[in-house]
Amino acid sequence: MSTALSLHRSRKRKNSVMMALCVIAAGIGLAWLALILGALIYKGLAGVSPAVFTQMTPPPGDAGGLLNAIYGSIVMTVIGIIVGTPIGVLAGTYMAEYGRFSKLTTVVRFINDILLSAPSIIVGLFVYELLVRPMGHFSAIAGAVALSILVIPVVVRTTEDMLNLVPNALREAGTAIGAPRWVVIRSVAYRAALSGIVTGILLAIARISGETAPLLFTALNNQFWSSNLNAPMASLPVTIFQFALSPYEEWQQLAWTGALIITLTVLGLSIIARSLTGRREDR
Amino acid sequence: MTAVAEAATSSATRTREATVRRFAFTDMVFRGATRASAILVLVILGGVAISLVTGSWEALSKFGFSFLTTEAWNPVTENFGALAPIYGTVVTSAIAIIIAVPIGIGIAVFLTELCPRPLRRPIGIAVELLAGIPSIIYGIWGLFVFAPFLQTTIQPFIINIFHGIPGLSSLFAGPPYGIGLLTSSLILAIMVLPFITSITKDVFDTVPAVLKESAYGIGCTTWEVTRRVVIPYTRVGIMGGVMLGLGRALGETMAVTFVIGNAHRISASLFAPGTTISATIANEFTEADGELYTSSLVALGLILFIITLIILAIARYMLLRIDSRAGA
Repeated sequence: MSTALSLHRSRKRKNSVMMALCVIAAGIGLAWLALILGALIYKGLAGVSPAVFTQMTPPPGDAGGLLNAIYGSIVMTVIGIIVGTPIGVLAGTYMAEYGRFSKLTTVVRFINDILLSAPSIIVGLFVYELLVRPMGHFSAIAGAVALSILVIPVVVRTTEDMLNLVPNALREAGTAIGAPRWVVIRSVAYRAALSGIVTGILLAIARISGETAPLLFTALNNQFWSSNLNAPMASLPVTIFQFALSPYEEWQQLAWTGALIITLTVLGLSIIARSLTGRREDR
Repeated sequence: MTAVAEAATSSATRTREATVRRFAFTDMVFRGATRASAILVLVILGGVAISLVTGSWEALSKFGFSFLTTEAWNPVTENFGALAPIYGTVVTSAIAIIIAVPIGIGIAVFLTELCPRPLRRPIGIAVELLAGIPSIIYGIWGLFVFAPFLQTTIQPFIINIFHGIPGLSSLFAGPPYGIGLLTSSLILAIMVLPFITSITKDVFDTVPAVLKESAYGIGCTTWEVTRRVVIPYTRVGIMGGVMLGLGRALGETMAVTFVIGNAHRISASLFAPGTTISATIANEFTEADGELYTSSLVALGLILFIITLIILAIARYMLLRIDSRAGA
């Protein structure tokens, strides 16, 4: 009797210890998020001023802003999205609609998942070999292409998943009134899956707007204002990288402010994307 | 009268046929476009592999297999070996995984078994938001906040504790730089934690409620249910998540580049600066002059590509297995 009771007690005790450890683990995870965001806001806000958005990146030891870097980031992100999204949506459409059971789809899905988590610096090397070396110089186009390669797998994945959620009865109804396949896809399937596909695109924007590694040796960096797509272009992440590792205090402050801008952008996009799919689930 | 009606029908048939033909044509075009895009995904991965091989050919043909086993990295004498970056990559990723896996599983258990229901979603989202933060943010935080903290408080403390203990004293030998292998490992652990957590939580959710309920029914504690039912049932999925996190850690560039110190040497101490494959490429690629130097860096990229490809393929294979079981 007493052994059974003590066994019971020891099991109880073990349970409490392990569960306490799990709570501590969750605490650690949340505390880390709070620490990073706290430091970012504290250090970043100190440098927020109108000059950040109106002046160019300064020479060492001078005050200035991040205007050309912000502009470059927006330009390359937009081009990357414009190039990558149609390809991703079309490929996802093939996998979910035309070739749902084909061998090609299985292979593409596997390869796409690998591309999705492949190191982004490898993509940078690829675009360097593909564009920068033949052209002989770094350019914003190369940077945008590198970003679009990162966009494609994200969009493919979400498009396929979301189209697979569209009930077949909807497609059959479309086909039954005589609409050809592509009209059914365009006017029925796309419309039903729209919020999910938009979520994928938002997530892709969130991913590439903070990417640094693929831009390091494709778009390089530029101290000055440049809207020439065939020339090196500044971007926020690369500027942060360069400024943070410099010994100049003004540059380090700008790096923190830039980091805050990127984080708020990315978090904002992720939250919007999440609320779009969240509404879907509630319905 | 009949003739007119016949003419009308036949013209109707003709326009009808034309419409159907047009539909068939546009459908074929659309189908072709989607198929071409799907194939393009394959072409991209193939292109990555080919460009890395051609780009690294010069270095690989000059150094051969010894590229993998040489520690030297000397741009002046043009003698390059990948051993130090490979060592740094493997060590930092391994330590990161060892730290992140227990914490990640702990958070997943907390979220699925312990957490009050109203808090479940917000906390889950908060952990996943950690995954969305760009790696450069972790890098700048690691360099300006975390490394100085380690340098002034944690590292001197550890060095003092293990001073004079054989083995451990050389593993934690000073001076405390703040930056180095251990700092990189810790930053990587923070970065892969959300991936491991969210996948573990997802696979935990695939455990049929009836299995857990029957274990609770015979009087098991929460820990026993987790240890004996949930984890064995989801073992493959957890391994997949861990592999995915490992793939992430191996290829992570910016966060590591900030805090690794970029020193091409292999030292026993975890406090010493080192380098990883991705940090070497990020730091040196734009400054590399000479074909052989550039080619050696691309060869490093090729090695990283092959390692992550294998790890990710294993991860996907394991997650596929649990997916098909969840579907069945």
